[in-house]
Amino acid sequence: MATVVDGPDALTGGKEDLSPEAVVVRFAGDSGDGMQLTGGQFTLSTALAGNDLATFPDFPAEIRAPQGTLFGVSAFQINFGSSAIDTAGDQPDVLVAMNPAALKTNVGALKAGGLIIADAGEFNKRNLEKAKYDVNPLEDGSLENWQLLAFDISAMTLQAVKPFGLGNKEALRCKNMWTLGLALWMFDRDRQPLIDWLNAKFAKSPVLAQANIAALNAGHAYGETAELAGPLKQYHIAPAESEPGLYRTVTGAEAISLGLVAGAQLAELPMFFGGYPITPASAILHNLTKLKEYGVTTFQAEDEIAAIASAIGASFAGQLGVTSSSGPGIALKGEAMGLAIMTELPLVIINSQRGGPSTGLPTKTEQSDLYQAIYGRNGDAPMPVIAARSASDCFEVAIEACRIAVEYMTPVMVLTDGYIANAAEPWKVPDPASFTPFPAKFLAEKNGPNGELLPFARDEKGARPWIKPGTAGLMHRIGGIEKNPGTGNIDYSPASHQTMTDARKAKVDGVAASIPAQAVELGETSGKLAVVGWGSTYGPIHQAVRRARRKGQDVAQIHVRHVWPMPSNLGELLKGYDKVLVPEMNTGQFKTVLRDQFLVDAKPLNKTSGQPFTIAEIEAAIDEALA
Amino acid sequence: MNDMTPIAKVQTTLKDWETDQEVRWCPGCGDYAILKAVQRTLPEIGADPSNTVFVSGIGCSSRFPYYIESYGFHTIHGRAPAFATGVKLANPDLDVWIVTGDGDGMSIGGNHTMHILRRNVNVQILLFNNEIYGLTKGQFSPTSREGTNSPTSPLGSVDHPASPCAFALGSGARFIARAYDVSKNLSGVLKASHAHKGAAFVEIFQNCIVYNKDRFDDFVAKGVADQNQLWVEDGQPMLFGSEKSGGIKGIALDMETLSLKVVDVVDGDWQAAGVIVHNARNRAIAHMLVEMPFGPFPMALGVIYDDPRPTYEEVLLGQDAKSRVGKEANLAKLLAKGQTWTVSGTAADPI
Repeated sequence: MATVVDGPDALTGGKEDLSPEAVVVRFAGDSGDGMQLTGGQFTLSTALAGNDLATFPDFPAEIRAPQGTLFGVSAFQINFGSSAIDTAGDQPDVLVAMNPAALKTNVGALKAGGLIIADAGEFNKRNLEKAKYDVNPLEDGSLENWQLLAFDISAMTLQAVKPFGLGNKEALRCKNMWTLGLALWMFDRDRQPLIDWLNAKFAKSPVLAQANIAALNAGHAYGETAELAGPLKQYHIAPAESEPGLYRTVTGAEAISLGLVAGAQLAELPMFFGGYPITPASAILHNLTKLKEYGVTTFQAEDEIAAIASAIGASFAGQLGVTSSSGPGIALKGEAMGLAIMTELPLVIINSQRGGPSTGLPTKTEQSDLYQAIYGRNGDAPMPVIAARSASDCFEVAIEACRIAVEYMTPVMVLTDGYIANAAEPWKVPDPASFTPFPAKFLAEKNGPNGELLPFARDEKGARPWIKPGTAGLMHRIGGIEKNPGTGNIDYSPASHQTMTDARKAKVDGVAASIPAQAVELGETSGKLAVVGWGSTYGPIHQAVRRARRKGQDVAQIHVRHVWPMPSNLGELLKGYDKVLVPEMNTGQFKTVLRDQFLVDAKPLNKTSGQPFTIAEIEAAIDEALA
Repeated sequence: MNDMTPIAKVQTTLKDWETDQEVRWCPGCGDYAILKAVQRTLPEIGADPSNTVFVSGIGCSSRFPYYIESYGFHTIHGRAPAFATGVKLANPDLDVWIVTGDGDGMSIGGNHTMHILRRNVNVQILLFNNEIYGLTKGQFSPTSREGTNSPTSPLGSVDHPASPCAFALGSGARFIARAYDVSKNLSGVLKASHAHKGAAFVEIFQNCIVYNKDRFDDFVAKGVADQNQLWVEDGQPMLFGSEKSGGIKGIALDMETLSLKVVDVVDGDWQAAGVIVHNARNRAIAHMLVEMPFGPFPMALGVIYDDPRPTYEEVLLGQDAKSRVGKEANLAKLLAKGQTWTVSGTAADPI
């Protein structure tokens, strides 16, 4: 284990540090226990308290997995603190386990000496059997590496909500609020925003609102009264130092949706979003459906292919077509992407990556669609690809995708992943006026030197004109067959295919001229080691490099947003380091791309467990590379 | 509300709808006759080339847009209805025609055909049915009859054929018509399909002279046409045949079996023979007509069903427009939505 850490090992046994710099809490329970909701509300209260934070929701693919089972456990982890937080935390300091299955599947991750809060009321014979415990772990001493606080949360919840006359099942549903009340007490939080939220949520059923509030208050009161002795203590985490301004929390799916709306506005275009439900991408369709007043039309298509096809149809007709999916759906869209490349129409494709291949791990994260994004189409089919590093970064990345699509008349793929899509973080609300508009232009009259129409004439960027059907006199035909470089008429002569293949490649390569030079996030522009990442590995890489540099190691962090085409200085930059390490949640795809493009000896650090990297894993790899 | 602007009528001639592109179908292909019929019909309905879009998939029929002087989109195999849906939702004022075939529209793209019909997007769908895969050189198609000899079925195909009109009706189509490539009635059917507001499905039997030559001769050939074609017309009795060709016949309803039957009409008294008067809004009759087995019965042609309901784009875009009423599109406000907090100055004083 690394000995140098950023924050103190908060809440670990024996220490009496009641103002740690950062704390990691994991709520784990049955899928029906409302852990995601508990985590979400705790996140909000954390944000309101001014802490920086990062979250990691981790839930099963089953909607209602059988109660009490190991595979039905749903967890929500949050890392929050008074300094910059980039990851959801390697190891929890506190584990809240609502049943035996939640304890069994999560306790291994808990920091040595960390605190377990368990609902003893759920540790009955039936649940223990379902979790495959022979003996009750709360009683057999098997948890002695940690501090254990076990009490009957179920019974205390029932007691608290008794006056409201709920049925047993409904009453027990308030357990998560009891737990949340205790957590709010532990970290010295204001209950009022949550009470307001409960009143709003249950506006139609005031009894449920009152019962939940009573449970919340009871949990909070329990903390106050039980503080006397034992492991339960109240902690105060100071607000994080952050830039002045207005903040909110945002998930990747929210930020993508908002970024698309902003991008369409900057392009001065209505947006058409064609989607088909798929985990974890559906949230974008849900979000945009509520934003009709921003000139958004959403269409739930019959399948993934129709979703992209309708978006391309809308682009042909003069709107900004957008589609979104995850790996399996992206695979289905491949042929239509080729058509958008061939007909040179703007299109934004969002890929919220998940574990693959095939159905893979629908609710877990991975970065294994990079090859698919860059290379995964028939023919020479170049397409710009950009990747978001965090939930809030999704906003700018979505805008950037719209810009490239419209300015270069090309489909663009945005890579995000299940981790970013669901994770929340504080976001300094941007000023829309701070972005440079890129208004779309439509051809109004014939553009040829002899008064003819040339739908495939190119501008200085290599882009063809966008010609909206309905424009008087500009009738023309486009399609997937190779075409004449000017008129666009069918032409599969050798010269034509050579010219058009070259033109499509040059156009996409040329996007590099419109993107910023690659910056170094941390460290020097040359040296012993560069850790190069893309996408959601930003957080753990950033913290690992920061820690390594504090230890005095000569290491830099480079994080690439434009993964295709890449910034034009990247090759030279990488050659300035003795070693290049590429951590990825796949088997080494970006590493291969870097080797191919720049002939650098990039070394992989791979993880495909469906879980994000921990900081420690990357630190260890840095140590090894520099050893 | 998103009221549909009536499409302006424009004066054109057949020539205005011809492109400078060389037509590349096999000489004698039924597609030529269909192309001419469409080019003849467009001026008659006052269509505007600048406002007309032909969308197609892949196959011989799908080359069609290249030969029509309008906007055209030759897309990918089977997906034309999905592209067309996007076009119509982006600009409902465009006059959109889809050209597809039995392979494109019933096999690889059957799914999309079903969904554009049930949604009722306001387009004309022309399905050229030649009962064979032409462009890939003669394999059996989803409409090929059982026993079709082809490169992939040298012992005769065993697949039971699909019936495009029955499929369309089952998918919820509100307009079903049938014609064939060289029929003089094709233009009339096309006009009716265009006049129908909503998804209009037209099956056009088309002669593939290379791989499935004269497949439809049992009802299109001279000499048998009269006894084997039933052209239905709204408000008219369902009569076929003639005194010269073996007598006038009609379609009647057998009340005992609740099915159709062929009856002889004596002395022109079709009422006495119980011949049904076609009602294009009667869905039950439409089902019976498209399922009518050829052989014992004639081939039902013409406008079999025509009963409009609100179009998809009217309803969807209307709902969208309604939801926008009274809402301000203020991006800055949207970004700052939800529970927010202000960091002012120092971390010690966050709120």
